[in-house]
Amino acid sequence: MHKFANPAQFTRLANRVLPWTSFFAAICFIFGLYFSIFASPPDYQQGETVRIMYVHVPAAWMSLFTYTLMAVASASFLIWKHSLADIAARALAPVGASFTAITLITGALWGQPMWGTWWVWDARLTSVLILFFLYLGYMTLVNAFEDSEKGSKAGAVLALIGFVNIPIIKFSVDWWNTLHQPASLSRLDAPAIDPSMLTPLILMALGFKLFLITILIIRMRTTLIEKRLQAKHLLKSG
Amino acid sequence: MGIFFTLVRRDLLLVYRSANDAWLVLIFFVIAVTLFPLGIGPDPKVLQQLSGGIIWICALLSAMLSLDRVFQSDFDDGSLDQMILTSYPLELLVFGKCLVHWLTTGFPILLISPLLAAMLNMTIDSYPILLITMLLGTPTISLIGVVGAALVLGSRRSGVLISLIILPLVVPVLIFSVAAVGLESRIEDISSALRLLGAILVISSVFCPWAAAATLRNITN
Repeated sequence: MHKFANPAQFTRLANRVLPWTSFFAAICFIFGLYFSIFASPPDYQQGETVRIMYVHVPAAWMSLFTYTLMAVASASFLIWKHSLADIAARALAPVGASFTAITLITGALWGQPMWGTWWVWDARLTSVLILFFLYLGYMTLVNAFEDSEKGSKAGAVLALIGFVNIPIIKFSVDWWNTLHQPASLSRLDAPAIDPSMLTPLILMALGFKLFLITILIIRMRTTLIEKRLQAKHLLKSG
Repeated sequence: MGIFFTLVRRDLLLVYRSANDAWLVLIFFVIAVTLFPLGIGPDPKVLQQLSGGIIWICALLSAMLSLDRVFQSDFDDGSLDQMILTSYPLELLVFGKCLVHWLTTGFPILLISPLLAAMLNMTIDSYPILLITMLLGTPTISLIGVVGAALVLGSRRSGVLISLIILPLVVPVLIFSVAAVGLESRIEDISSALRLLGAILVISSVFCPWAAAATLRNITN
């Protein structure tokens, strides 16, 4: 773990991994989209709108997964002071916010024909919206300081507080109001979903995850290059 | 405990001497509540139904107003650095800051809220519940808010930033409080909501001073 905290090591590893992740992400998306649009049956209740789920559900998973990664990166930044962890957390935030926005938008598009409304103040919807606000809060906080080091520390603490608070928010809105269906995959018994629909869902989920890794590596590499340029510039002018 | 009480007394004295600031929050609260009947119409039935929510939302927003002042003056004149450097636990000093913030924001709001509840035509039965939720909920807001105040210390536009990062985090307090005050809540619902509010208060009174102190140590060095 700590070996890769070295920026040069990381860049070397990133350059080697990046072609593979982007290649497999593309493959997963091509097959996943093919399966979800053409090769899977319409739902007996939802009809063709079920296809929105193949984007909505993976995006929703990723919105939570990205926040978890951000919290882990923030914790390791606070504990070991690896600047790479901070770069990772900063790089993850806009990606996670985008996943959350995709979840909300596709959910609204699905809700209009299914529930007859774009938006309801339901537990799931509300807690995802609050997750979106947490991402926005993090992004504004890290960029609100003259000294970016301060922004990183404040942001890391906020990410951790948000992470602790997410279950509480989740439960509070759960008891408050609910319409959204419960989880159908992560149950103790067999998943309550037909294999013909599970295939595109899993392919898309894999695609989303590989896409996240690809984007993360690209964004982190860019930040490292920017920092090096800045350092060089300072050397020259000083 | 000496330093703790000295700090609390000093901060209270500071607020008392610049009384204008303390009144500002209270006046904002009253004006904000007054806007609701003007905005949604004076129908007593509607107002009765919304009264708990209106009072709570306005209390939340008012509490945000005074948060950016919690550490600012100490940060500007360097006394915050001294507090961090003393051997006295910074967590306790931060707890004192929370206490002062509550005594000068949450507590006055709590005191004036029955008056506003009457103006919003709240049912008599809901008064004690509103007061209990305020007694349990407003200290939580001060505790979580002080962490926010520590986080934004030294940033640009810290006032708006605090609201942006703290309001999503205090959603549970709002939900449980309004659920307890709500018109058609049964006695079991009320007691479970109050217990949860109490639990959140206890957890945040342990966790928040610690988080705020850690932030202060990290940011100022």
